[in-house]
Amino acid sequence: MDKAVQVLVFVGGVSAIVFIIGIFVFITKEGLPFLLGRFDVAEFFTSPRWRPTSEHNPTYGALALIAGTASVTGLAMLVAVPFSLGAAIYIGEFATGKTREALKVLVELLAAIPSVVWGFIGLSIMNPLIIKTFNVPVGLNVLNAGFILGLMAAPIMTTIAEDALKAVPDTYREAAEAMGATRWQVIFRVVIPAAKNGLVAAVLLGVGRGFGETMAVLMASGHSINLPTSIFDSVRALTATIAAELGETAVGSDHYRALFTLGIFLFLITFIINLTADLVVRGIRKK
Amino acid sequence: MDSELQAAALAIETEKLNLWYGTFQALYDVDLQIKRGRITSMIGPSGCGKTTFLRSVNRINERLGYVRTMGSIRVLGHDIYRPEVDLGQVRKQVGMVFQRPNPLPLSIRENVIFGYRLAMGQQKVSPAERDEIVEKALRQVLLWDTVKDRLGRPAIGLSLEEQQKLCIARLLPVKPAVLLMDEPCSALDPKGTEAVEELIWELRGEYTILIVTHNMAQARRASEECIFMLLGKVIEHTPTEEIFVTPENQETADYIEGRYG
Repeated sequence: MDKAVQVLVFVGGVSAIVFIIGIFVFITKEGLPFLLGRFDVAEFFTSPRWRPTSEHNPTYGALALIAGTASVTGLAMLVAVPFSLGAAIYIGEFATGKTREALKVLVELLAAIPSVVWGFIGLSIMNPLIIKTFNVPVGLNVLNAGFILGLMAAPIMTTIAEDALKAVPDTYREAAEAMGATRWQVIFRVVIPAAKNGLVAAVLLGVGRGFGETMAVLMASGHSINLPTSIFDSVRALTATIAAELGETAVGSDHYRALFTLGIFLFLITFIINLTADLVVRGIRKK
Repeated sequence: MDSELQAAALAIETEKLNLWYGTFQALYDVDLQIKRGRITSMIGPSGCGKTTFLRSVNRINERLGYVRTMGSIRVLGHDIYRPEVDLGQVRKQVGMVFQRPNPLPLSIRENVIFGYRLAMGQQKVSPAERDEIVEKALRQVLLWDTVKDRLGRPAIGLSLEEQQKLCIARLLPVKPAVLLMDEPCSALDPKGTEAVEELIWELRGEYTILIVTHNMAQARRASEECIFMLLGKVIEHTPTEEIFVTPENQETADYIEGRYG
């Protein structure tokens, strides 16, 4: 019996590694023929023309898609960082007892809202709101998607940031308070510097979440290929492109393989972001 | 006139000090008069309220939300529990050294200057002024020669003895009147204990020092006055040499002879 459980636990443990390698092998295998054949690095990274379905001259420039993802994620972080750090500081340093517990549960609940629901909010609430408030023709744009994505990323960032604050020993706070520091001085001069690594990791994981998010961004961004020049421009994200186009392509076609190449690119980016976050948490970056 | 003179000679004066943690009463009618510039030690068995008393003198007790304090504590004649009192000011005047050395996760230099920066508020401290203050404080705690070449290094890297001296040094730049020490040597080895005790002895006169200790020998050799507490009450308060030779109370005698505690 013990043996069986041991095997089961072991299989569970290594499955994560097996799956991640499996996924990587799969997307690489599907994308590789394109990467080695039709793929043109200069075109991919510098051309904003993503026209895989053109009859005579299909082009595979991903610059607009990368810019779309980056602009939406960037704005999302502008929204999420102050929100989540503020929430984490309140929950970790000020709230006590029941308030604190209730807030933590609520934040976790917020993280569990399905992304399609967020997309729906972007589509049906934010869209008309933006059109009316800013007097612009289209409300599905960087602003909409970035705001929605910011709200989506904030809960998980809050949770991680709060863990980082909680990991700061209370003796530090006591020492500073005994020297006459006010609560805010303790937070700004002692707690935040001490929790710096964890806070950076929280932001990085939020960025990773932003890069990977698909449905809400697809619904709220306008999904049109554009190099954005203002937050009122519609854009298209890498993820949304894959989601919207993959079902329409012939398996094995250049288009199909090009989408997998986008997948490899996304995979590498999120992998690097998460790895960096992990290393930061472990303090390897510490001098 | 008499009372003013008396106030000037007293660093800490408490009257009917009662303190509760929730429903548990930890201090009963504590009336103490602690003389200026002397080292006074507080002894007594665990849980007798000596640390509680110490922690109420700079109001750090109040970090726990469920503490209730009645009565008065006057530091240099000023009641520190009046509502209009500025906590930062109280804690500047009454520094605290904890049981375990607790340097902040900053460099040695920034640890020493931390309290001073707080006291200066918005005003910037120039590098020259900073270096002067840091050197003076570290010299006072006999640490300057050991650390002068690594002021920028994290304070956590120091030995426990050095950390504890640093924790004393960081109180000095704001010119406190009283230093509270809560078993400052209990985390140190015998050599460290000796060094820190010597330092405390050096600081007497300039500062009023109130030191809580479990170590009878330490109270005997490193203090001038001694307070014995039991179950939240002050039993005896006399010059140190008297309490150890001719204690007035049976409980004191029993504790000193090690019959309980």
